This record gives sequence, C-alpha cells and structure tokens, in this order.
Amino acid sequence: MKAKLFDYIDRDNFIFNLSGLTKLVCFICMTFSVMFSYDIRYILLVMLLSLIFFKMSGLQFKQIKLMTIYVIIFLAMNFFLTYLFSPQYGIEIYGTNHELFRFSGRYTVTLEQLLYQVTKITKYASVVPMGMIFLLTTNPSEFAASLNRVGINYKGAYALSLTLRYFPDMIRDYQDIALAQQSRGLDLSKKEKLGVRVKNIMNICVPLIFSTLDRIELISNAMELRGFGKHKKRTWYVAKPLKKGDWFSMLFGAVVLAGSLALTIFVNGSRFWNPFV
Amino acid sequence: MNYTERKPVIEFKDFSFQYFSQAEPTLHDINLTIYEGEKVLLVGPSGSGKSTLGNCLNGLIPFAYKGEIKGSLKIGGKETKEMNIFELSKKVGTVLQDADGQFIGLTVGEDVAFALENDCVKQEQMKAQVQKVAEIVDMGKLLKSSPFELSGGQKQRVSFAGVMVDDVDILLFDEPLANLDPATGKTAIDLIDRVWKNSRKTVVIVEHRLEDVLYRDVDRIIVVSDGRIAADMSPDELMSADILSKLGIREPLHVTAMKYAGIQVTPDMHAGRLATLDIEKVKEPLLKWNLEQTKKEPKAERPVILEAEHLSFQYTKKRKILQDVSFQIHEGEMVSIVGTNGAGKSTLAKVICGFVTEDEGRILYKDQDLKGQTIKERSHLIGFVMQNPNQMICKPMIYDEVALGLRIRGVAEEEIEPKVDKALQICGLAPFKKWPVSALSFGQKKRVTIASMLALDPKVLILDEPTAGQDYHHYTEIMEFLKKLNEEGVTIIMITHDMHLMLEYTPHAIVISDGKKIGDASAVEILTNEEIAGRANLKTTSLYDLAVKIGIEDPSVFVQNFIDYERGTYR
Repeated sequence: MKAKLFDYIDRDNFIFNLSGLTKLVCFICMTFSVMFSYDIRYILLVMLLSLIFFKMSGLQFKQIKLMTIYVIIFLAMNFFLTYLFSPQYGIEIYGTNHELFRFSGRYTVTLEQLLYQVTKITKYASVVPMGMIFLLTTNPSEFAASLNRVGINYKGAYALSLTLRYFPDMIRDYQDIALAQQSRGLDLSKKEKLGVRVKNIMNICVPLIFSTLDRIELISNAMELRGFGKHKKRTWYVAKPLKKGDWFSMLFGAVVLAGSLALTIFVNGSRFWNPFV
Repeated sequence: MNYTERKPVIEFKDFSFQYFSQAEPTLHDINLTIYEGEKVLLVGPSGSGKSTLGNCLNGLIPFAYKGEIKGSLKIGGKETKEMNIFELSKKVGTVLQDADGQFIGLTVGEDVAFALENDCVKQEQMKAQVQKVAEIVDMGKLLKSSPFELSGGQKQRVSFAGVMVDDVDILLFDEPLANLDPATGKTAIDLIDRVWKNSRKTVVIVEHRLEDVLYRDVDRIIVVSDGRIAADMSPDELMSADILSKLGIREPLHVTAMKYAGIQVTPDMHAGRLATLDIEKVKEPLLKWNLEQTKKEPKAERPVILEAEHLSFQYTKKRKILQDVSFQIHEGEMVSIVGTNGAGKSTLAKVICGFVTEDEGRILYKDQDLKGQTIKERSHLIGFVMQNPNQMICKPMIYDEVALGLRIRGVAEEEIEPKVDKALQICGLAPFKKWPVSALSFGQKKRVTIASMLALDPKVLILDEPTAGQDYHHYTEIMEFLKKLNEEGVTIIMITHDMHLMLEYTPHAIVISDGKKIGDASAVEILTNEEIAGRANLKTTSLYDLAVKIGIEDPSVFVQNFIDYERGTYR
C-alpha cells in the first residue's frame, strides 16, 4: 500500500544506528555538493556513494519503487522540456559547438547540450537515494531529539517530528476520502479534463483539512494533558548520544562538500566542467 | 458506607461553566463530592454536559476551551482556578476517547514515557519506570511496537499506562468503550477495575454504555442532564428509580426485560449488575412473561438483490483479507456485517463498492455481474456512507453538498432541486436547506452525508458504523430514520460492532472473522451462540445470560420475544 511509503521501520545496521542529526548533516552536505557543482565526474562519484549507502542501509528497493518511478517520469519530462525551451544552452555555457545532427532551425543536437542535460539529471538522480535514506532510516522522534540537542527549541522540533509521523496517516485519509468521493461520481481518473480534475481534487482537500484539524486538536489536547511545554527543557526516551560513527560520518559529509567546492574553485575555475576546450 | 471518614478529592460547589462561544451556561449549579478511592460513573445523553464536567476535572477547561467559571472546584483540596493545567495533570490522569489520536510517541515505550520526558526525568530512570507501568497493563513485552501493530484495545492500554506513569491520584476515563468491540470493551472494564482495586486510586468513568461499565462494580452513578446533576446514587438504587429511560439513557437490558415483565424493581433486588441480581425474586414473572409472548409469523422472502460468490481479496501475497466469502442479501433487507477490527468487514464493503477489486469470485446485483464496473458506475446502485461525516462533506452549504453528486453527473439544475428537496425531506433536514454545514451537530452532519447519497437514488446503502459516538437518543434517531428508509425500499447494509444495533434493527447478521464468514443468520441466533460470538469478539447479550439464569431452555426464544415486544410497544 502507498501509505507504507513513508513508514519508519526499525532496523539494526550502521546507517540506522546513526543519530538523526548526523543523517541530516550528511544529507545537507552531499545534496549541496551536487547542487553546487556541474562537474559530472564528481556528481557520479557522489551518486555512487549514495547508492553504496543505500545498500548499506538494508532498505529494499520495493519500498522506494513507486517514488523512483515518479522521479524517473519527472526527470524524463525535465530532460525533454529543457531541450524544448533551450536547445542551445549547452553551447552558451561551454562556448564551443560540436554538432551531431540537426532536426530543424535551432533544434540541433550538440555534445555540449547533451553533457549539460545529462549532468543536470544526474544531479537530481543522485539526491534521490540520499533523500530516501534520510526519510526511511530516521526515527522521527529521535530526529527531534537530535535537533533539540543542537539548540533548536524542542516544541519546534517536536512539531516537525509529528508532521513526519502523521504524514502516512494523512495519505491514508486522503485515499479514503478520495474513494468515498469517487463513489459520489467525482472522477479523478484521466478520463476527465485536467481542469475538472483539479477542481475535483479540491473537493477532496476540504474534508481532508477538516479531519486533519480535528486530529490536531485531539493530539494537542493529549499532549498538554501530559505536561508538554511545562518546562523550558525536556528529556528524550529515544535520544541517542553522538558516537564515534556519527562524528566520522559528519566529517565525511563535510569532506564531500569541501571536495565539491575545491573542485569548483581550484580545478575547474567555474561551476561547470568543460571538456571541450 | 460512611462517607464522613473518607477524604474528599473532588469537590464541586455551586459550580457553573459557560463556554465563551455559547449563549447559555453548559453546567449549572453543580454540587458534587467524590471521595478518595471511589469509583464513579458519569452518565448522560450527549449535550448533557458530562464531557464538559470531565474536562473541568482535567483542566482542558478553562485552559484549552475558554469560558466563564462561577463557584468553586477543588481537587485534592486546592482550587483549580489557582492551578495550571500541568499542576492538574499531576493529580488527574486522563485517558481520552480516541486511543489512536492520542498516541503521541512512535513506539509503545516512547508514548508511555511522554509525561516523564516533559518532566525532564533522566533516560535510565525513565526506562525503568516505563517498563514497570507497562507491565501493569500487560504491555511490558511490546515496548518496541509501533501503533500500527497494535489493536484498539492495546492502544488504549498504552494510553492508560501513559497517565499512570505520572502516579496521579485520580484516573479519568473519557468514553473508554467508544471505539472498542464488545469483548475488548469487557477486558478494558476488567483492567480498570483491577487497577482501581490494587492501587485504590479514585476512578471517574464518563460513558453512556451503562450496561457495559456495570459489568464490574461501581460505587456510584452520577446522572447528568441539561447541565445539572439529575441523580447521584448507587447502581441498585438507580435501577429502581425511574430516571434513566426518561432522560433517554439506555438501561441495562436485563432491567428493561424485568420492567416488561411487570416487575417493580426495588433496590434490594440488586439489579445494578446482572451478576448481583437476586434471581429468585424475578424468576417467576419473567418466565410467565416469556410464555405469554406469541411468536410472529416470518415474512415472505423477497428476491435477492446483492449476492457475493466465493469472494477472495488480498493486498499482499502474505495475508488474505477475505477468503471465500459468499452471501445473499434480499431486497429490502436490513443487514449488519459484524466482526473484530481488522477482520475484513470494511474491506468487504470496499470490494462491493468497487474501491478495490476482488481477486477471486464475483458480486452480483440482481443477477448482473458487477465485474469491471467502475466505482462511478456502481455508485448508481450502491451508496457508501463513511463513519466520519467530516471525511465526506466538502461543500460549505448543505444544499450544495447534497446536490454535488447530481451536478457531477451533469443533471440539469431544475431537475436537481426536487431531488435534493426530497432527500432533505426524508432526512429531516428540509428546514436547514439554506444553512451552512458548520451550523449542524455531528448527528445532523451524518444525516447530510446520508442525504447526499440518497439524492443519487441508490438501491443499496452501505453505512460504516452509522451510530459510532452517538448517545442513545441520537442513536435511536438515526436508526429509526434508517428503518424508515428501509421501509421505503432501500436495502441497508451496516458495518458495526454495536450489539444493540444488531439485535434491535437488523434481523439478518453476517459475521466475519479473519476474512472468513463464520456466521450468517438472524442477529438473535448469532448473539445467543457462544461459539460464534466468542470468535468474532462479540459477547452474548445480557438477555441471553438472563435467560440462562432463570432457566429457560431455549434462550434465543426469550431474546426474540424481547425484541418483538420492544418493537410492538414502542414503535
């Protein structure tokens, strides 16, 4: 079922045992390093690393299958649209023109354009496994505990963790409501025009918002009745102290980011790697 | 009992409360004292103020729900006005109605620890304390489980542990039975009783299912009506007073049966609980009454409208949700589908409506195979009403909400109006035609969702828990309304675990357990069959137990007589 997509299931291995804070830091470092650089060699390296981490985490491909399909569709569309709107952008960036063949007018296929577009989709594609690892291997409450420890207000941290927590519930609600509305004749399938479909989805959102508000009132009452917000500080049942592995991993994340910056500044001299000159 | 020796822990004195959002006070001149170690049951129809009274105890009033308080309320000798909600939460532990919604942590252990975390207890000490409390409620081995893996009853145990971990003096249970099936409800009452006896804490239970709470002893019952205290007496006294039925609260069925048999209930019969009832005093008149009843002729069979043949369904390969389920429903029937949570009854409804597609078998509507028909196509024949109306209503105005389905179908506006009018008329909502939905009560919203289905003129109506969270008055209102609909020719299928509903309104019941059909008979036969009732987490009705106690050979006849008599006298 779809709702299982974001459910956290506990496992015992290196990645799962890292503190949520570590995983957040590494995620940010590695994402930033690929977003910053347009050097496909470095991006492929990071992608390889994230695939290795994915393997290490012991996550099953089927857990992320659906997400992967969405990402591939998105990337394919992105690839196509980029070409449609700016077929000459590669030439602009790299300053050379190695034409392979031409469809018509400005729609030529150049090595420069290919490199630019392939680089761009590898960037996105390399972030996906990392994002999945972060979402699926981090216990939301433990994550809140880590955030709290680095000085973020615990109420804010808890709110974030509850959001992660209730996401699967909201997906479930959405599915239930969507089915019930379809049984009244609301068509969400592709048979209907896009405009009508968007309107129909709006009709689902209203009950979804109301049932979510009910849920929020209930949970905030339950939390208050058990003393949430009484003191400036609180302790955490699930808190994990930072261990050697955590420090090592964060250092590793920082090195990857530094590598990307160094490559840009000292080797390539710009965000782009230019093999054509 | 000598109350003067006992220490009062809850004292209401000339207490009134008015929500800022309301024109009238919800509670008037409450004078009530609850003593240390007492077990008290608060009953009353919804809107009577019993939940408000409970919220005054735990501090949600006035801290979360604002309003004006007059008079005094002392808890543990201290004015609540001078305390804050956190101080109060150390004295009064509240187990809220919805065990799902109040599950804060991601695992059992974390949830139980929540109050300790907020008190900055050190992690090691916290873990030890959590373990200890979890063992009291038999959840010690499940500390690592996530809420998805727990049953409704287990979730409730967790919330119970979550308030006990604070070592509170007063335990407040807000409708503890609302979301539980009958057998689990019985265990919950048992557990509350055990904790009460072992720890001698003060226990306050707010609940309208009187009979189920009285499965175990309570010291006093406090009846709230219109924001005032209508009665404050022991169960035995209350049964002999003529208070409950006047206020629209359901008496225990054995008491009703005694009254039908013309017995004048007196306190010395100890009629509060069936277990304490003095059988010898009531046996003769009950037996006599049973013999006087004449058996009704069974109605002629109508043609089959909906038929399932060998239905099987599974989400994943590992677990079959439905296995080889077959049944027939006749035109104009009122049928209940019962079984434990997760038994597959909701899935069965989903398969019928086409939300999910069966793996094997088929569904026939009047001999026409529904295979391949989309949700939309089936919706012309079958309407589905969800449990929570807030999950269905998507228009701000009542008229638009009911008209929505017709508008989507492209029906001309001049044709829509008479159809909507008729649906509103049937549902008793005609005066509200131009009103916004937000002005309605929960029960009325439920009727709006039914009206929006009726406007589409379905032949079969499936309702998921139509009466969940409704008191006896609204329950009767909704059920009588469905009954009327049914008499107009709509076949009605209800998913429920309310045994009263089954007995009273649905002559035909289908029992699902672990995805298989284990019973398909009259409701009376099901609820007097200990084996089926046990397997489906139902329990036999107390009427059955009463019949056995007075020595009737075929208890199901007694139960049937009771139902027929009730239908005959009241409706």
